[in-house]
Amino acid sequence: MSVENLKCKECGETYELGANFACERCFGPLEVAYDFSGLDAAEVKRRIQAGSQGIWRYVDFLPFTGPPRDPLEPGLTPLVKADRLAERLGLDAELWIKNDAANPTHSFKDRVVAVAVAKARELGFETVACASTGNLANAVAAHAAAAGLESYVLVPANLEEQKLLATGIYGTNLVGVRGNYDAVNRLCTELAETRPWAFVNVNLRPYYAEGSKTLAYETAEQLGWELPDRVVCPIASGSLFTKVARGFEEWTDLGLISGDQPVFNGAQAVGCSPVATAFAEGWDLCKPQKPETIAKSLAIGDPADGPYALEQARRSGGAIDSVDDDEIRAGIRLLAETTGIFTETAGGVTVGVLAKLAERGAIADGERVVVYITGEGLKTLDAARDSFHMHEIDPDLESFESEFEPQEVAA
Amino acid sequence: MPVTVKIPTQLRAATGGDAEVEVAGATVGEVLDAVFDAHGDLRERITQDGDLRRFVNVYVSGEDIRFQQGLDTAISEGDEVTILPAVAGG
Repeated sequence: MSVENLKCKECGETYELGANFACERCFGPLEVAYDFSGLDAAEVKRRIQAGSQGIWRYVDFLPFTGPPRDPLEPGLTPLVKADRLAERLGLDAELWIKNDAANPTHSFKDRVVAVAVAKARELGFETVACASTGNLANAVAAHAAAAGLESYVLVPANLEEQKLLATGIYGTNLVGVRGNYDAVNRLCTELAETRPWAFVNVNLRPYYAEGSKTLAYETAEQLGWELPDRVVCPIASGSLFTKVARGFEEWTDLGLISGDQPVFNGAQAVGCSPVATAFAEGWDLCKPQKPETIAKSLAIGDPADGPYALEQARRSGGAIDSVDDDEIRAGIRLLAETTGIFTETAGGVTVGVLAKLAERGAIADGERVVVYITGEGLKTLDAARDSFHMHEIDPDLESFESEFEPQEVAA
Repeated sequence: MPVTVKIPTQLRAATGGDAEVEVAGATVGEVLDAVFDAHGDLRERITQDGDLRRFVNVYVSGEDIRFQQGLDTAISEGDEVTILPAVAGG
């Protein structure tokens, strides 16, 4: 195992591998540090290919001191070539959809939660908890149930009904907080000090965030051990965005893949766009916002990794764009019509931004582009309502033919 | 105005282990200065060149001061000031 310690991203101070997330010296975020110097690229590659059919095949790059234990292993989700979508957008590019809705609880959050829950068990915790915009709630409740751990899931009380139902069913302690996500997050940060619990995205956040790197590893492996030229990725806290970049960098440094790092394009909803706004204004910091968008899974007004997401977009030559609620609905529809993949509002944001990039000519001919679809459309059904017409008829031929012109039957 | 300031775990080494500090002040800035007067080590840990460091959040009775007047946010009778790391969530 290559994991070494926790290290402050701001001042470099190091800490032991415990349930700790903020630097005592400067309050900066702690991140897991590794020593990969003992790894041989060819041997690692063989180990990965002979590994499990999920994220534990990448255990060399995850923060464990022994084999991880989480029975609901996510990962190895489909990477789908999206030629019809490229054509609709007028792109002469190699366009891929990484469909991460194909995880145990139908979002990319299974990756981070599997890592956090396995780490919680390694550290001896019996209860896991989280602050969530919905997808994380589903994942924490499910992985805790599968592992036999107690769980507490705190969400904004006004969340989509589908996400509440898909959380409560696992037998968790579901807590609807009268406030927005940022208020729930503040409450959990305070609770983390008074309860002996593993809050996956608070005191276990350094480990949790590592799970997102597996999206980069899988992308590279599924592309035949090659890098994409560009990725389009949604931004809520900014953690996924920055960790996907880290995943590609780690494998490049180790020599598992080679070439230039991808351009990173971030996607936010106009109604909650602190990072896109800071990008457009040229700020290094995000000014917090009060979210007002149908993309509730991205509705984080005070993004913890906002400054790092800005740095990543800028240094990779990318950008961070935002789309409004109508563009989000159109994005959901466009992806469904051209790929057969029904995504939630966050995916609508990502596809909406992809369409925007195509329209302004940001994507060159022949580019290999990977679009990260992070969640499932059945969780945000309201966004699909009234987007199509259902033909209602009587059960007879005449009624059918009054709706649809008769056609000749071949002899 | 007397006010209770809640100190997060990460900073308690600088307050001798205390989770709460009682001070007085009319604004958040004055309150924090009073806290720094009592516990000198705290100033450098949460501020830089007179401003809050970028991963420090301060709340007055649950409301983020960045939605109010920042360090000039007024303190009312019975308010509680909470300092928390900004690196959670998502």
